[in-house]
Amino acid sequence: MSAIPALAVDNLSVEFRTRSGIVKVLEHVSFSVGKGETIALVGESGSGKSVTAFAVMGILDAAGKVTSGTAMFGGSDLLKQSERDLAELRGRELSMIFQNPRTALNPIRRVGQQIADVLVRHGGATRADAPKLAIEMLKKVRIPDPERRAEAYPFEMSGGMCQRIMIAIALACRPALLIADEPTTGLDVTTQAVIMDLIGELGRDSGMATIFITHDLALAAEYCDRIVVMHAGHIVESAPSQTLFADPRHPYTAKLLAATPGETASLAELVSIPGNLPDLRREDLPACRYSGRCERLVGRCAEPLPHQTIGDRHGIACWNPL
Amino acid sequence: MLKLLLSRLATAVPSVVGVLIVTFMLTRLLPGDPAAYFAGLAASPQAIAEVRTKLGLDKSLPEQFVAYIVDLAHGNLGNSLSTGQPVAAEIVNRLPASAELTLVALFVAVAIAIPLGVLAAVKQGTWIDHLCRVVTTAGVSLPVFFTGLLLAYVFYYLLQIAPAPTGRLDVFISAPPDITGFYLVDSLLTGNAETFWSALKQLALPAISMAIFSLAPLARMTRGSMLAVLGSDFVRTARASGLSSRTVIFTYAFRNAVLPVITTLGMVFSFLLGANVLVETVFAWPGIGLYAVNALITSDYAPVQGFVLTMAVLYVVLNLIIDLLYGLVDPRVRLDA
Repeated sequence: MSAIPALAVDNLSVEFRTRSGIVKVLEHVSFSVGKGETIALVGESGSGKSVTAFAVMGILDAAGKVTSGTAMFGGSDLLKQSERDLAELRGRELSMIFQNPRTALNPIRRVGQQIADVLVRHGGATRADAPKLAIEMLKKVRIPDPERRAEAYPFEMSGGMCQRIMIAIALACRPALLIADEPTTGLDVTTQAVIMDLIGELGRDSGMATIFITHDLALAAEYCDRIVVMHAGHIVESAPSQTLFADPRHPYTAKLLAATPGETASLAELVSIPGNLPDLRREDLPACRYSGRCERLVGRCAEPLPHQTIGDRHGIACWNPL
Repeated sequence: MLKLLLSRLATAVPSVVGVLIVTFMLTRLLPGDPAAYFAGLAASPQAIAEVRTKLGLDKSLPEQFVAYIVDLAHGNLGNSLSTGQPVAAEIVNRLPASAELTLVALFVAVAIAIPLGVLAAVKQGTWIDHLCRVVTTAGVSLPVFFTGLLLAYVFYYLLQIAPAPTGRLDVFISAPPDITGFYLVDSLLTGNAETFWSALKQLALPAISMAIFSLAPLARMTRGSMLAVLGSDFVRTARASGLSSRTVIFTYAFRNAVLPVITTLGMVFSFLLGANVLVETVFAWPGIGLYAVNALITSDYAPVQGFVLTMAVLYVVLNLIIDLLYGLVDPRVRLDA
């Protein structure tokens, strides 16, 4: 682990203005990812994983607003950059892969051209060289018959192929940070593994930091060095993968693990987590947003959350950890 | 591409056959006896019967239909009762006037509506978005003959900027030689600036009234379609790849957003063909719309039939062009050709 992280997010809070009031989507989110490191952001739907990524990339919806925090990347704060400067960084220094690769690609543009667009924008490639470089990228993501495939449209390819194209677009300019937002959702299991291996391998080759957003804890454990668990816009626990699996300290993480199928647990033994995410529009959100679902509630839980670190980079935000 | 063209042409055949049947039946169903009209008011029953035989109206319907098709194949649409002129020649003479008016109106509408719609979507909620809303609301709520009359009243009668709404050219200016039939083009080709200027001035008010009418659906569709595309996943990908906002808006968003706009364009074009009838009447424009209205008023059936047939064929051709445009823009359409 290098001393200077590739990305250090500190105290990030994001609000969304909606018709039914202000939604406090993220609150005091802090985490970091080192060069060459792969971390996972896990949590159920609506826990703020994607919003965290969008905020860092500067592509939040117009309704979303960063209300506090910093995201230090390469010596500057991404959250304070102008749109123009951010556009320079996006696609070159920090890239993102999305879920649903079929809709994430321009349906009426040849995939080779879509890769070439990014290369021309950032890579200093000319329009004349770009097609050749795009074919090189297709080879790198192991698309068979790349010369012919470069001329194809997304609708002529399978979901897995489209995700490889997305990876080719994201990695075309050798970014320092890659955010993969559920890159394997909607792909079949064998394709999932191929895509994950591909991201891991290409990332290792260039010392790229990777943030992998997923709700699949097993997948996260297999491919990531560290896991950051999110719940309702808070980070509740973060630890190296083995530590988190062996010794979960936050009640939510423990429940999440119990709900994850693995080698030891059979399907019948899986436990569901009671309750739902709290309504984030509420004025009187409790300090701990898990308290409504928690079995280990104590008096202090109403006080502002503690952020304590135990052992080797194992952080928990809980008054009454396991 | 040729294959696509041919297959689309083949699908147009049934529509054309349908149009032929309808125009044929139209004259057989119109009230009144054409033979009696043809023979004149003072004709004896015997004379009417003679005329009926001469016109072939005493034969069975299928026989008449075959005769009608044979006539059509020879470019014969019958003669106008009131002028005695062949309808086909008259329509060919007058079509360029209508076409020039419609095309200029459409061009003006597209030139305003599409940038307006794109800007309104990109800068949603700003003054330009509100302007777009005002323009589209006004455009759909003002009937085209009303806009025409209003424009003529304000710019001709009150302000006296525009020339009198009486046709394609000032009375003292002679028409340019007939090359394309479009006065603007012909006068430019022959380098006649005076005629060009006069034709443009005459064209301005009717074209603008039609443009205002067709602008609204185009701008609204462009805005809505752009908004939908700007919120789509692949635009987010393009932004996340750091592509410049110009590339994102034009190469990625607009090319996708233009598809429903093309459909609307086809619809608007057919509205305009219909609106021609009204605008030509208001501005005494010597096009086929005015011709048809006059014929209808005098129960002169052959020109009406010719007009309906021409319009129908124009619709079919138009839809063909729209289909082909769609194929050009969207690769997904090319496949299922």
